[in-house]
Order: sequence, then structure tokens, then C-alpha cells
Amino acid sequence: MFRRPWLVLQLFARSSRVQRKRAVLTVAAIAWGSLSLVLLLAFGEGLKRQITLAKSGLGIHIAVLWPGETTRPWQGLPAGRPVRPRVEDVTLLHDRVPQLAGVSGEMRRWSAAFTNGERTVNSRLTGANLSYGDLRNQIARAGGRWLDPLDEKLRRRVIFLGWELARDLFGDEDPVGRTLLVSNVPFTVVGVLERKLQMGTYGGPDAGQAVIPLATFQAQFGGDRLSNLVVRPDVPEHMPAVLRSVREVLGAKYGFDPSDERALGAWDTVENSIVMENILLGIQAFLGIIGALTLVVGGIGVANIMYAVVKERTREIGVKMALGARRGWITGPIVLEGLVYTLLGGLLGLVMATVLVALLGLVPTEGNEAIEMLGKPTISPAIALLNAAVLGLIGLAAGYFPARRAASVDPAETLRYE
Amino acid sequence: MSDTKHGTVIRMEAIGKVYDTGKVKVEALAGIDLSVARGELVALIGPSGSGKSTLMNLIGCLDTPSAGRYELQGERVAGLSREQLAGIRNRRVGFVFQNFNLLPQISAFENVEMPLLFGGVRRAERRQRVEELLTRVGLADRIEHKPTELSGGQMQRVAIARALAMEPDLLLADEPTGNLDTSSGTDIMSLFEELWHQGRTIVVITHDPALARRAARRIELRDGRISSDSAAA
Repeated sequence: MFRRPWLVLQLFARSSRVQRKRAVLTVAAIAWGSLSLVLLLAFGEGLKRQITLAKSGLGIHIAVLWPGETTRPWQGLPAGRPVRPRVEDVTLLHDRVPQLAGVSGEMRRWSAAFTNGERTVNSRLTGANLSYGDLRNQIARAGGRWLDPLDEKLRRRVIFLGWELARDLFGDEDPVGRTLLVSNVPFTVVGVLERKLQMGTYGGPDAGQAVIPLATFQAQFGGDRLSNLVVRPDVPEHMPAVLRSVREVLGAKYGFDPSDERALGAWDTVENSIVMENILLGIQAFLGIIGALTLVVGGIGVANIMYAVVKERTREIGVKMALGARRGWITGPIVLEGLVYTLLGGLLGLVMATVLVALLGLVPTEGNEAIEMLGKPTISPAIALLNAAVLGLIGLAAGYFPARRAASVDPAETLRYE
Repeated sequence: MSDTKHGTVIRMEAIGKVYDTGKVKVEALAGIDLSVARGELVALIGPSGSGKSTLMNLIGCLDTPSAGRYELQGERVAGLSREQLAGIRNRRVGFVFQNFNLLPQISAFENVEMPLLFGGVRRAERRQRVEELLTRVGLADRIEHKPTELSGGQMQRVAIARALAMEPDLLLADEPTGNLDTSSGTDIMSLFEELWHQGRTIVVITHDPALARRAARRIELRDGRISSDSAAA
């Protein structure tokens, strides 16, 4: 379409300038649109990152199983029998399910009395295997540690506290190394859970519970029935196979149909996170469309100003045609001008969005859970690229249609003296 | 090609032009037969609405005829694409308008340079040609002035320099003195005469009897037809 593109640039440089106020308003409209698009996408991205982070708070690629009740007769046994795995099943599963990368049992007291001097708090107490630390992201704050094999082997009375429980009992003091009473039995604090975002709990957030070795729990409170099993496959794709194997192994032991899912309930976070990812993608697409529409409004502004430009320059266009300008030399500078306004506005919007996002990043979010979950808006290269692509398209369209009108100017008509 | 050698610049046979506005059809020109030789100075006269401007647009390839046959320097114009017509306007025709039609935001230099840009003339040559042309019309000291900084007569000189830029064989002027005071008008007329003496073919539309008298050939249009042609008489 354009012969000698350099000439288009020269002509663009020499075409009359649009009224400044109008140009400023148009660029501002595009900047606003670009700002909305980038900010909306940045919030979407921040939310996505935060949710991904929060999801990992519970544990990555894990499934949680809990005791259930059979719903079908199986091998001569009636329906309606409870299924309650035992402590020894952790080893059994570890040996019998090859695709299992990690497994931990949990025994739980829903309400135990924790006492530090005058202060007593009722909260949840969990006895767990060592692998629970890795499976459930029990990361110790600096200065403390997670449970170790000797704790388990010697049934030590050591305890790992959630950070809220630690604060309720010890205030601002460092609890590590201190002794507290759990149901009047002394325990030594070995670590405090590092603050983390946790989306998804069973029983309650980790911040408010305490964990002790499973062997110690059994020694203190007796019993061998598990409240929960936590499993992780070697690769996330093996989760369905692992759950099937777990049900087959335990089904053979406790006498239930492996396909009877109610006999042993399971919460598969891998499956959940796929659903969540799709929802997040949907949210981002939705935000992106809203932003793009705002930008389209700005684009209409550019098209409008370019139509006005063509109208104002009708005579100029006619003169150039009389002097022998080809079609592309008439339309090229107009398309270019539309594109320049759009890209200028877009760049301005992107810069403003970047500054705003940087300022928002300075606002403290710790402590306010709602804002904490919203996360920090983040501008990724993909967002900047998408913004540029949408701007380019809108700019081209905003210049193309007015340029087409310019090309249809009849020189004989416009040069007639009025 | 023989036409060019023997010097026929314009050859029109049975040219008609009908404007179709949808509701009514207006016949602006009917059965124009016209032949203009190289080096002629032709004055096109006639009352308003007689079709002078329409004929001028057809000669200059700004518009195409509805009927008839038109050869410009031996080349048939009918059936050429818009781009080809643009090329013809650029190389073979120079336009001068009553209201000058200079581009107001650029300098005299850049105005004269415009056809050279379209014609693909190199930068160094462009500069040289533009300076020569502006010197020739007596505006060597106004090269960087914008049209708004020039008088009417000066603006028309710039327009004439622009029309001459690509060294076309044919110069078309539509009421070139219509917007000028008498003395500027006389200057412009003298400039046209000078160009004519240098061998240009010039067609001038004019209401000005003085200018018309200076032309060797006067063609009068009436109701879209040639009513008198001094060459034929």
C-alpha cells in the first residue's frame, strides 16, 4: 500500500498540527484507557499470584483423607460401617503405594488447654508424622525448628506452635526454648510457624494450632485412630492413581469397596487448583475485556479527532492530490498520526500505571486479611505486551477509517474556489 | 508519439461530462473538440457555469470525462488508474489556482518542493531546483517564509514556481489574477507571458479582458460547448 515509506514520514512531519487542546484531550483519553487496562490486569495478576501463594500455604499437590462410612455392602459385610485408619497404616501405605512421595497421619484434639504461667488458651492440638512438616508447609520461623526424628523416636514432649497461638501465649516474647503446659503436661517449644497465607483449611488455619510428634500424642492421650491422612504423589498427575491405590490398600484391610468414595473421604487439592486456575483465568479475561473496552472508548476519541483532521485538511489533501500524491501518501500520514496519538497516550497510561502500582506496593497489607488476599497489583511483561498490542490495533483502526475518507476526497471538488 | 513531436499537447474529441447527483443529471460539457499545440497560450473565457472549470479539471486529469476521447501528449487518459493519473498530474501538468492553494503551515521552499517529493527527486537535486525556481519568480529572499508571511502576488509566484517544479509541458491556471490587485495581477500576467515565450504551453481561465487580450488564442465556452475559438476563425 505504501510506496516509499520514508516519504510518508516526511509528509507526516509537514502536515498541519491539530489544535493542541484537542490533541491533549485525546491523548488523555487514551492514557486513561491504557491506565485502566493495565491496572485491572495488574490487580488480576496480583490476585492470581497471591492466591497461588495462599494455596501453597496448605501444601502443594496434596490430598487430605478423612474417616468415613461405607455406603455399599462389600464381601458379605453390610453398608454403614465406619472406616477409621490407624497409625500403623501410614507405614503400610508408604510400603504399598509406589507412586506415593509422602504420607503423614494426623491425630487431633479439638480443644486442648495451653498454659503459659497465668495465661491459658484453648486451641487445637495435632499429633503428626515428621513428613507433615514438608507436606503441609510447616516452616519454622528463624530461631526455631520443625520436629525431628529424635523427637519422634524418643517421644519427646516438644511442641511446634502456630504464630497466633504463640502470640496469644507469649505475647511479643520469643517462645522457642520456653516450656508451656498442654493439658497440664509440660512441653518445650522448639519452633514457631512462619507467617504464611493459607487458603483452604480443615479444622482451622495452621496459625492457631500446635503440632507435636505423633508418637508423643499417642503416649499422652492414647488411641491409635487417625483423624486425617495427608498424601502427596510423586507427580501431580498421579494423584487419581494414588487415591485409588490408597483406597484399594485400606479397602482390603478394613473391608470396603475401593470405589466407595464415602468410605474414605478425600480432598484433592490438585484437582481444586486446576479449577481455581481456570476461574482466575476467567477473572483476568473479564478484567482485560473491561480494560480493553475503556481503551476502545479512547480509540473512538482518536478516530473522531482524525475525522475532524481530515475534514479540516480537505483542501490540503486536494492540493496534494493535484500535485500528484499517490493514495498511500495521503492516507499514510493520517494513519501514522492516529497511531502516534494512541501510542503516546498508551505509553503515558503505562507509566502512570507503573507509578501507581509502585505506590500501592508501599501500602502495608500485613494484618488486614481482605487486602492481604487481594495481593499487590503486579505488572508483568505479558500485561505490557498485551496493552501495546491492543493499543496498536486500536490506533490502526482509529487512523484507518478517517484515512479512507481522506483518500476518497475529490480534488476537483475541493479545489473549486469558493 | 508523432503528436508530441509535432507538438500537440491536448487533443479532445467529443468530450462530454455529466454530473450525476442522483436526482438530477447535469450536463456540464457536451461535445468538446479541442486541440492545443505545444507553445500555445490559450485563454479560456465564458460566463460562470459555462463549464470552464470542468474543462480545466478534465485537461489536468483531476477528473475523468463521461464521454469522448482525450489524449494528453499522445497518451490516452481514459481507463487509467487513480495512481497513474496521480503520476500524470505530477509530471505533465502544473496547476495554478485563483486562491493559490499553498499549504499554510510549511515554508515557500517546502511548498515548491512538494511535487518533487512526489516525483521521487533526490534531496540535493530538490534543493537546487527549488532555489532556482524561487529565484526565477523573484522570491530568492523569501525561501523560508510561510505563505501567511507573503503578499497575494508573492503567494501566486510561489504557486507558479510549484507548478513549474516538475517541468511539466502544460501549465493550467484558473483565474490566476482573480484574487490580486491590478499591479500584482499585471506582474503575474507578465510572468505567464515570459513562460510562454520560453516555450510553455499555457491554458488560462480568466474573466480579465486584459489578460484574455494578451493571449494568442481565445476560446469561449457557453453552456458546455465551445461557442467561439479565435484559432478557428
